Amino acid sequence: MDEKTQVNLISKLQEVQANTGYITEHAIARISSQFDISKSKIYGVATFYTQFRFTPAPKHCIKVCLGTACHVRGAEKVLETLENELGIGCGGVSSDNKFGLERVACFGCCALGPIIVINSKVYSRTTPKKALLLLRKIK
Amino acid sequence: MIRLTIDSKEIQVEEGVTILEAARLNGIYIPSLCNYSGIAPFGACRLCIVEVEGMKGFPASCATVIKEKMVVRTNTEELVLLRRKVFELLLSTHTKTCTTCVKDLRCELQALAAYLGVEKLTFPAIEKNLPVFADEPFFDRDYNLCILCGRCVRVCDQIRSRGAVDFVNRGIDVLPATAFNRKLQDSNCEFCGACVDVCPTGALIEKDFRESNNTQKTVTTVCPYCGVGCQINLEVKDNKIVRATPDKNGQANNGQLCVKGRFGILDFVASRQRLKVPLIRTNPDRLIRVNENNLNQVFRPATWEEALNLVAKRFNEIKATYGPDSFAGVSSARGTNEDNYIFQKFMRAAIGTNNVDHCARLCHAPSVSGLGMSFGSGAMTNPIYEIKDADCILIIGSNVSEAHPVIGLEVKKAKAKGAKLIVIDPRYTEIAQFADVFLQLKPGTDIALLNAMMEVIIRAGLEDKKFIETRTEGFKEFRETALEYTPALAEGITGVDKQKIIDAAVTYASCDKSTIIYTLGITEHICGTENVMSLANLAMLCGKVGRESCGVNPLRGQNNVQGACDMATLPNVYPGYQAVDNPAVQEKFSVTWKAKLSGKKGLMLTEMYDEITRGAVKAMYVMGMDPLLTDACVSGVRQAFGALEFLVVQEIFLTETAAMADVVFPATCFAEKEGTFTNTERRIQRVRKVVEPPAEARLDTEIIAEVSKRMGYDLGSVAPNEIMQEIASLAPIFCGINYSRLDDEGLQWPCTSVDHPGTKYLHKDKFIRGLGKFHPIKHSALPEETDKDFPFLLTTGRNLYHYHIIMTSKTKGLNDLSGPPYIEINPQDASLHGIKDKGLVYVYSRRGGITISAKITDRVRPGVVFIPLHYAEAPVNVLTINALDRYTKTPAFKVCAVGFKKAG
Repeated sequence: MDEKTQVNLISKLQEVQANTGYITEHAIARISSQFDISKSKIYGVATFYTQFRFTPAPKHCIKVCLGTACHVRGAEKVLETLENELGIGCGGVSSDNKFGLERVACFGCCALGPIIVINSKVYSRTTPKKALLLLRKIK
Repeated sequence: MIRLTIDSKEIQVEEGVTILEAARLNGIYIPSLCNYSGIAPFGACRLCIVEVEGMKGFPASCATVIKEKMVVRTNTEELVLLRRKVFELLLSTHTKTCTTCVKDLRCELQALAAYLGVEKLTFPAIEKNLPVFADEPFFDRDYNLCILCGRCVRVCDQIRSRGAVDFVNRGIDVLPATAFNRKLQDSNCEFCGACVDVCPTGALIEKDFRESNNTQKTVTTVCPYCGVGCQINLEVKDNKIVRATPDKNGQANNGQLCVKGRFGILDFVASRQRLKVPLIRTNPDRLIRVNENNLNQVFRPATWEEALNLVAKRFNEIKATYGPDSFAGVSSARGTNEDNYIFQKFMRAAIGTNNVDHCARLCHAPSVSGLGMSFGSGAMTNPIYEIKDADCILIIGSNVSEAHPVIGLEVKKAKAKGAKLIVIDPRYTEIAQFADVFLQLKPGTDIALLNAMMEVIIRAGLEDKKFIETRTEGFKEFRETALEYTPALAEGITGVDKQKIIDAAVTYASCDKSTIIYTLGITEHICGTENVMSLANLAMLCGKVGRESCGVNPLRGQNNVQGACDMATLPNVYPGYQAVDNPAVQEKFSVTWKAKLSGKKGLMLTEMYDEITRGAVKAMYVMGMDPLLTDACVSGVRQAFGALEFLVVQEIFLTETAAMADVVFPATCFAEKEGTFTNTERRIQRVRKVVEPPAEARLDTEIIAEVSKRMGYDLGSVAPNEIMQEIASLAPIFCGINYSRLDDEGLQWPCTSVDHPGTKYLHKDKFIRGLGKFHPIKHSALPEETDKDFPFLLTTGRNLYHYHIIMTSKTKGLNDLSGPPYIEINPQDASLHGIKDKGLVYVYSRRGGITISAKITDRVRPGVVFIPLHYAEAPVNVLTINALDRYTKTPAFKVCAVGFKKAG
């Protein structure tokens, strides 16, 4: 795969994800014939990047920052609490597809850490307790 | 040449090779796991690191190209230490169970651990605990043993052009996998087994590998399926073939095989259904259908003595009553050259008739005849290995990736090197996906298309005037005919856009090295011979014959169909294409064989049935062929066989034809005999005995010789090497062939003396017939046009997983992959008739009907349907038309009118 194809392929995958919310098998089959690249290769590229998902997006997407600043302020505990509460691990989705949990390296507002982002809304200076409250609000 | 120093040794190596290759060429060992010859370097395992003076760090020698005056060190203390650490890292993710691993003692990783002296890990081991893919055909995938060398990923992509698996995920989770981790049978995997061949560990392993470990011997022989002539290594344990792997030195296959050769041999050779003793018919009703239950009521087992005596007695009686021409012999393109030679010698010398033919009549007889008339020889002009160097490849009527998979790889190699690819086919075949120009013509309209291409070439002045003038004759008459076919006219006949015809013509004519590849899509028509001559016209017009990587190349179907033709199981020639009606030739054979020979041309296979019905042919000897499944319009053939007085069939299985015989001789298969096969590129290769035949089965040559002896004619020695000596003494094109020369790599005929190196490509400087001959060829109407009742054109062909059926159907994996019998229907036609995918369809023609499962696909164009020829339970030849090629009487399998409706 040359560089140009690779760049085009990634934009194509992004387009699919923007439209359908995730990368479907059907979409990969279609891209495969359009780009003349085997399905496994496309899947290989897509699975390399964390931005692509292969199952429908959960209703609420919770991202916990574990960058250095958040980490030293106890983000690990926040994440652990959320994991226990939701019964899923990092990168997992709850069985009713309502919650998805992800860890992120940095949101760029380190002074406000630990940061949680729920559905694109930023919550600052979180603690395990605060995280639970936030979660119960949207539950 | 580049001069460099490796480990204080001064060496000279060709430019462009890597340090690793240079070292290995000079006997210096550098360990490596990801590198594999023939696949591009990857630099993943980091075991081949070296020190190079003036270069920073430790470059991977597999990915570093040599330079003048380079100084390389491969084994310094530091390197040894580093390698050991790298190796330990590799081992830390490899589940370490050498003691129970099936790959024990054959594992490259294990061997390297010993070489590097790694006994224990200093890193924590990581257990991946991945599930094993064990419910896939032929081999298992256990990625707990994978070291991510990427050989499987690269061989699948670079050599096989499939890309069925690739690395997925990231970091520690990386694995070779299919898209969405589907099973291989749900991906585009073709099960060629190339990944298994290259895997250094036990990650990819044949299912029966445990059984096949510690094999007792390995024999190199030739694959018994298609005409490519792949060399295979068969491993044997307790008189059973347990594994088939490609031979890296095979000139036709370069270490590659297809699924049939790799996985489809073991089961049929060892099948319990093999014939083991001679059978004599006890039930006089020959039309009775035989199955396992009533077998005892139709046949009884007999001793060899009894069966041979009976056949000799009846043959002599029939010969005395009706004369030698009341016999017909049908031989097999699956048999060796020696079998075929002895068979025709028996028919000609012992019986005294030229009524001998074989299955090439049903496939490439038009090539032998058409190219014979145009060039003087009907064989593939150029060798397989030249395909990859062509600038333009025109594939017409050939589903090369499924019918000749290993040649398909050569085409893809050429394409990867920048060659233009033109594919002309009624179906969008696998190879069509790679085409620059794809012309999806209506079946049976090849001549109009080819003439139009030539019209374009002549009008544009792209023809090779010098070649036409000095090397050919008949151009003027041909030119007039070709010019009648404008692209617009051809568009009307063929349904192909005229611009595409122009593109194809210009591409073919303007590339320097253009080659034509064709198969049965060209020959199996009422105008098969004329189709072939049209291709010859095209090649001569552009001067693309008699040079490297050019030519007209019929890919022969069966393993030894070239050889069977060469050995003259044909009604009109003696071995080496010497005409039976040439008195001087006849005299030569008559003297050597010490027999009176008939100077009358014999019957062709497709004429035999009429002659049986007419009462002229009374007895038939069939060796290794099943006309009741393979001939067109089989119900007529069945009736004909029913009318015979005496039928002898020599077979390895109880085929449909054998089930009608009076006497059945159990014969041996390719793995049980010594001999030679001649592949599609005229290469004569040694076939070697691998296992003992089952029970009382005997060699074909021996059986024929025994019958002959009892009839009062001595066929002479049947030792394979002595038969070859006799062939060499009688046929000038084989003069220089003998077994001691064939042992290493085979020879391509013509080979006219013992120091002749064989002939790579034909017609260099001079055509075999002298001047190449242009023939004016006109488009002819289809044998059967569509109408209201039969609105579709049916075309037939192969799929990847079966050869014919009788051998491949013994392998469960092949049956599973190929699925039940099916008909390919275009989505448009399917929806009009309310047909759903996998739904049952009743397909009918004027000859009969079959019920078959629907496969809805746009591989076929609207108005055309396709059925593979393999299935005995839904024999497509019930539908095909009994219309024959004008010259060679080859049936027009490739086109007839049918209708279909929803079944049930």
